[in-house]
Amino acid sequence: MSWNDVAAFWSDYTLRTVAAGAAVIGATAGVLGVFAQLRRQSLFGDAVSHAALPGIALVFLLTGSKEPAALVAGAAVTGWLGALCVTGIVRSSRVPADSALGLVLSVFFGVGLMLLTWIQRRPDASQAGLDRFLFGQAATLLTADVATMAVLGGGAVLVLILLWKEFKLLSFDPAFAALLGLPVRRLDILLTGLLVAAVVAGLQAVGVVLMSAMLVAPAAAARQWTDRLAPMAALAALFGAAAGVGGAVASSLTARTPTGPAIVLAATAIVMASLLLAPRRGLLAGVWRRWRRRRDLRLHAVLLDLHALAGQHGDPTAAPHAAAVLRAMAAGGSVRRSLRELADRGWAADAGDDLWTITADGRGEAARFLAAHAADGRPEAAP
Amino acid sequence: MMSPQVEIQLIAAVTAAACSLVGTFLVLRRMAMMSDAISHSILLGIVVAFLAVGDLASPWLVLGAAVTGVLTVALVETLHRTRLVKEDAAIGLVFPALFSLGVILLARHAGAVHLDTDVVLLGELAFAPFDRFAPGGTDLGPRSLWMAGGVLLLDAAALALFFKELKLATFDAGLAATLGFAPALIHYGLMSLVSVTAVASFDAVGLVLVVALMVGPPAAAHLLTDRLPRLLGLAVLMGAASAVGGYWLARWLDVSIAGAMAATVGFVFLLALLLAPQRGLVAAARRRATQRLEFALAMLAIHVAQHECGPDAGDECRADRVHLHLHWEPDFSEAVLRAAEQRRLLRREDGLVRLDEAGRDLARGALTR
Repeated sequence: MSWNDVAAFWSDYTLRTVAAGAAVIGATAGVLGVFAQLRRQSLFGDAVSHAALPGIALVFLLTGSKEPAALVAGAAVTGWLGALCVTGIVRSSRVPADSALGLVLSVFFGVGLMLLTWIQRRPDASQAGLDRFLFGQAATLLTADVATMAVLGGGAVLVLILLWKEFKLLSFDPAFAALLGLPVRRLDILLTGLLVAAVVAGLQAVGVVLMSAMLVAPAAAARQWTDRLAPMAALAALFGAAAGVGGAVASSLTARTPTGPAIVLAATAIVMASLLLAPRRGLLAGVWRRWRRRRDLRLHAVLLDLHALAGQHGDPTAAPHAAAVLRAMAAGGSVRRSLRELADRGWAADAGDDLWTITADGRGEAARFLAAHAADGRPEAAP
Repeated sequence: MMSPQVEIQLIAAVTAAACSLVGTFLVLRRMAMMSDAISHSILLGIVVAFLAVGDLASPWLVLGAAVTGVLTVALVETLHRTRLVKEDAAIGLVFPALFSLGVILLARHAGAVHLDTDVVLLGELAFAPFDRFAPGGTDLGPRSLWMAGGVLLLDAAALALFFKELKLATFDAGLAATLGFAPALIHYGLMSLVSVTAVASFDAVGLVLVVALMVGPPAAAHLLTDRLPRLLGLAVLMGAASAVGGYWLARWLDVSIAGAMAATVGFVFLLALLLAPQRGLVAAARRRATQRLEFALAMLAIHVAQHECGPDAGDECRADRVHLHLHWEPDFSEAVLRAAEQRRLLRREDGLVRLDEAGRDLARGALTR
């Protein structure tokens, strides 16, 4: 494929529609996902999206309509019902949250499958077009679909922004929120409703089975880059939109690649990159930090040996010491390399003939280090 | 020679029993969503193994898929151990990714793999009797039945052998570790069983039903009993019953068998949730109502006992004004009075409430308790 093809694709109406839709979905799910993550409800979306299936099938069964707005409304109703079932079961019985989630998602989905096969059997209507709700078919998105998503997703995000302070408090410290007199139960239900809206908005493009990943992945990626909620939500929106566009475009450019899985893989790639590369929490940053700490420890060990040797002489900086002596004192590692690095920092000086002296700076650093770690690991002095 | 109908029900029941058996431990260990994760990601294993071996009936397929299941668990734990994501988020990241890879591979090699996404989700239980197990030309029944039966035996044998270890690791992981029972080994052993069970079942009933059967019956059984052996037995029984019930529901409505079974599992759970003798919602509501009445009777007795000889007895003990003093609804007050009369705690005379001996005892007992 040449760049011309790519350019042609970007001017392509269908592709633009698809990309816009996927971006809206990703951004909405990203923002709501941050709250789900905070409330440890990352898998909640899984139950909600599966529970949406019977709603879609029911609307079609009752009205015969494939109008996206109607189907999405049906999905929202049963999705929300599923969410209520999960919280209801957890609150009213000893069944733990994870079992309630698994139960609701599989049972609602099973009912959805029953309805779909029921529809399939009817001679007057084909279920073509409902299938796409399973794995998503972004290629069939129309402007009207994207408009539905934008209204739904945009509305959810707008409510979230309007009640930002309340939801933030609810998510971090529900007990304190209740103490302040906030209507915690109602806010909780509303936030769940927003989550449902975000999920059902994406069903058409990403599909029932994988939509939950869109709630989890962008939020998990954004978490790595910042500790602050608002930037995290913004970043999650960005990541979600990027995954949506990336996946949708990749899926349209390659034959026989369903959109939902492509978007999920794009989101997964963003998560992996974030886990590796994030500046403070990232895995590479951790490796770098550990490496530097180890090197500092190695250098200081030799420096302190040198300092101790120097302390036994009248003029500490004058008398040079053989590297061999230092090697005998060291616990391990390359002493000569450490000495050279110490010299680079101006803490030691090469006196030739494998002899080294400590500099005034080096004595200062050794003293500082000893003072800083004076309390560490020293056994309590005997009286 | 069984009829296909009976064979389907048998396959479903045996599969359900195997799923409920391992699922019980998932539910108890609060890892129910692992069944969701494993059953989704084994798709990748099946597709990859198929592309490598080129035979859907190959045992390598089962092995490959089971390995992906265990891999999922390992990935989730590795991710969780970095402390960069919480455990539920780790699950939510790993299995959609693996499943997506599987779906894309499946879609791109659609011509080569005789599996499509519908089969993955729905299973093909209705066609299971057509796939016969016939070594050397003698028909020994449907292959799925042998597969499900084998897995059920494997699960039962493994659980029986390591019952004590599993029980301890499930209820007190710390103690198990202290006693040297290697909880990690037990964990991965259980997860391998779950994976193998999921692979064998998914072939017949589809991945959604695997989740329903692994989570639903054990969760329902846990509402009915506290003893592990009874819990396992009940879960297996409820699973098998849901499977057979679901089959008949599907036949009656002419819809997806897997879907109907999942719905039946949900129905059975709902029944248990409502009607469980001690933990059921109905029992709890009745208990609350009884407690409320008992408390109200004691309150009434105390109130009347305090006031019936006092100067204001004419007001405080008037049957139609008692509710004002006790801050009750008039209807509730009337109901309590009637219940108290029935139990011979008190009488109503000239519109005044008079305590009987039993009522006075109740008041005294409640105050001195």
